[in-house]
Amino acid sequence: MSELQSYLSSARDDLRTEPRPVRIVIIAIAVIFLVVFVVLPLVVVFAQAFSKGIGAYLSALSDPEAWSAIRLTLLVAAISVSLNLVFGVIAAWAIAKFEFRGKTFLISLIDLPFSVSPVISGLVFVLLFGGQGYWGPWLQAHNIQVLFAVPGIALATIFVTFPFVARALIPLMQEQGTLEEEAAISLGASGLQTFFRVTLPNIKWGVLYGVLLCNARAMGEFGAVSVVSGHIRGETNTMPLLVEILYNEYQFVSSFAIASLLAMLALITLVAKTILEQHLDEGQQPRGD
Amino acid sequence: MSAAGGRRSTLPGFGLTMGLTLTWLSIIILIPLAGLFLRTFELSLDQFWGIVTSRRTLNALKISFGLAFAAAVVNLVMGLIVVWALVRYRFPGRRIFDAIVDVPFALPTAVAGVALTSLFAQTGWLGAPLAELGIKVAFTPIGIFIAMIFIGIPFVVRTVQPVLIDLDAEIEEAAASLGANRWHTVSKVILPSLIPALLTGFALAFARAVGEYGSVIFIAGNLPNVSEIAPLLIVIRLSEFRYADATAIAVVMLVAAFLIIFAVNRIQRWAQTRIPAH
Amino acid sequence: MVRRILPILAGLLWASSAFAADVTLLNVSYDPTRELYADFNKAFAAAYQKETGKSVEIKQSHGGSGSQARAVIDGLQADVVTLALAYDIDAIAGKGLIPPDWQKRLPLNASPYTSTIVFLVRKGNPKGIKDWDDLIKSGVSVITPNPKTSGGARWNYLAAWGYALKKYGSADKAKQFVGDLYRNVPVLDTGARGSTVTFVERAVGDVLLAWENEAFLAQRQFGKDKFEIVSPPLSILAEPPLSVVDKVADKKGTRAVAEAYLKYWYTKEGQEIAARNSYRPRDPEIAREYQASFAKVELFTIDDVFGGWTKAQKEHFAEGGVFDQIYKN
Repeated sequence: MSELQSYLSSARDDLRTEPRPVRIVIIAIAVIFLVVFVVLPLVVVFAQAFSKGIGAYLSALSDPEAWSAIRLTLLVAAISVSLNLVFGVIAAWAIAKFEFRGKTFLISLIDLPFSVSPVISGLVFVLLFGGQGYWGPWLQAHNIQVLFAVPGIALATIFVTFPFVARALIPLMQEQGTLEEEAAISLGASGLQTFFRVTLPNIKWGVLYGVLLCNARAMGEFGAVSVVSGHIRGETNTMPLLVEILYNEYQFVSSFAIASLLAMLALITLVAKTILEQHLDEGQQPRGD
Repeated sequence: MSAAGGRRSTLPGFGLTMGLTLTWLSIIILIPLAGLFLRTFELSLDQFWGIVTSRRTLNALKISFGLAFAAAVVNLVMGLIVVWALVRYRFPGRRIFDAIVDVPFALPTAVAGVALTSLFAQTGWLGAPLAELGIKVAFTPIGIFIAMIFIGIPFVVRTVQPVLIDLDAEIEEAAASLGANRWHTVSKVILPSLIPALLTGFALAFARAVGEYGSVIFIAGNLPNVSEIAPLLIVIRLSEFRYADATAIAVVMLVAAFLIIFAVNRIQRWAQTRIPAH
Repeated sequence: MVRRILPILAGLLWASSAFAADVTLLNVSYDPTRELYADFNKAFAAAYQKETGKSVEIKQSHGGSGSQARAVIDGLQADVVTLALAYDIDAIAGKGLIPPDWQKRLPLNASPYTSTIVFLVRKGNPKGIKDWDDLIKSGVSVITPNPKTSGGARWNYLAAWGYALKKYGSADKAKQFVGDLYRNVPVLDTGARGSTVTFVERAVGDVLLAWENEAFLAQRQFGKDKFEIVSPPLSILAEPPLSVVDKVADKKGTRAVAEAYLKYWYTKEGQEIAARNSYRPRDPEIAREYQASFAKVELFTIDDVFGGWTKAQKEHFAEGGVFDQIYKN
């Protein structure tokens, strides 16, 4: 769209662009930077994964340990994404549709996991649920396993992916304002009806967008999960942990094979993200245009 | 803001949703973090201070914060160049490059770590030619720096991109028709209006790099005082059964993280109030 | 949507628990024993089934010895721990999960297999490394992991110290020697495996200080044409110990199996597995059989030179200990 615009207004462009040599240099710098820092690492993953041929690659992926890691990763992602989805929508409603004091502070708290070191995200749960932690002894006495099992891994993942859905929705819902909802309410709709019939259709792409990013992070989390996993083979190793373990076992092909699955997931995420962003852009056009 | 704040919302559910939000926030974020702080209260102030200012800890913090800052500066400059090229120019593969800017965000950090190490080790595609020039990247602080640049790439680009796209063309044209040369227009007119977005992107990239663990530990040499990052020191302290040390370092990093995020949100509020002035 | 997801989740959960054996043990071990325990677990499961008719599945967890001990202290439900050094099991015992006299419950310091510290060098030994003194020469780059996090690294450190103490006669000289050695170390990985990968795969360093078994494994994995093992004339007898974690085993009711599991190490079959995986067996008969595979090295023990692990740990690796002093200067 913006391409068409700029094509049509080439006269304006003369005033708004740099001399050709400058343009070429800037493009060259940008492209080289992205190739070195982004493209090459991706290529390395796939090159290493297929370095012993497709047979070795497939056999690496059909290993039962790989499967158990994939299963665990999917399970943890499903738990954390669905919980954060529900929370994110609720939080976005409270924050975007109402004005109150301390909003910046609340948003900062929600954002906090973005900038907390993953290691700390794991550590806090060790301090709570570990044998030396506040609740650890009680949990152990009652035979409840949180750390080194699915609940601990899920908790650490939820912590790390906490902001994604809420952060995708808050600006969107703020922009859309409250007029439509107020109209629905004044026509006698209940709160839930208003949300499902009026708000949700407006934010559905935003919700998907948040879920997508949340999921990518949930499946890829390493540091936090590494602290709480216990590394039990075939049981509490997620895919990113298995990448490290196989790497340390000199099984480079297997390691990069798992890594390539995660890289593929990243690429699919990006494609889906690009598509969603187009939907979001369209959604933001003034209606009735 | 005053207009919206003055008007009473007629929408229902504020109490309920706010209550649920605070509950969930408490369970997942606040209580665990409070546990972290409580743990450090078990230390006396002297002990806490002793841990935080010990040479090893200070060096680890310096390495994490210093290199993260340097990497964020690189991302600020390179991010601006990349976003400028993506938004203002047309070149083959532009859309693909636009999409892959987010790879560092979507790629799991452990995968990034092994990939960057393979690439920059002395046997790697880039490491080998660099070694010929006498530059060692992997297992040195430069390696940490590289990994931190990698994970910070999307932030500046993605925060500046929408602002640059929305920038009013007429201001530029006006400046040009008033006789300003191109460099003047860019530096005096365009860049200032990008500053909030640039700062936001910079702060986010910085925050991310400070706490980064997965992609860094593979490529860092992990030498104490030289290439040992603070998150790794936390892990090391844990495996030495020194929970107090681990939590003390964590608290310092956590406070820094919160300050950065709070600053970012402040910048964004400031930017929102600034825009109508144009 | 929820209705569609739930059965899938249930299926996933079911699939992961479908192959449950009669008894399941969790063995929490250190980094280089992955291959060893893969072998050993298979043999033990077969032997146990034959004897009792019950199937047993042994799950493994590997990592840096200290991190693993920390995880057990924090509640990782290990039935047995098989770590790199006694100090890490002492730490678990210190939290009451294991009785303090654990090392006396099994023969031979509860270490049914031993190893030592050797040098792995690149083909042709270009730097001519023969003995410990060669490691402190300028221009020699030494790879060893961080003694604070890696059990193997502590053995490396103590081996070097013990050598210097014997050769130069004083603790000051030994400290000087070890300090010089660490000045030649460009990378401190957190675990023994990390160091091996750094040396072998990343081509960093001239010599890797490694467990003997780890050096043999690297040679097997990457080819004898690429790496050579140099055994110094004097080194340390590394005794990786093992123990049942009483609290966990009693709670889970697995004590009998866990004890049988550890005792299996002391059988001929167990000793043979150790020897096959390049760990030095304790059984004289098996040792004689595998004599040719291990170089003759004069070995000193940690008790002889350092007065036991607790003392060594306190003096060398605790906060402000000798290792910290080395990195202060």
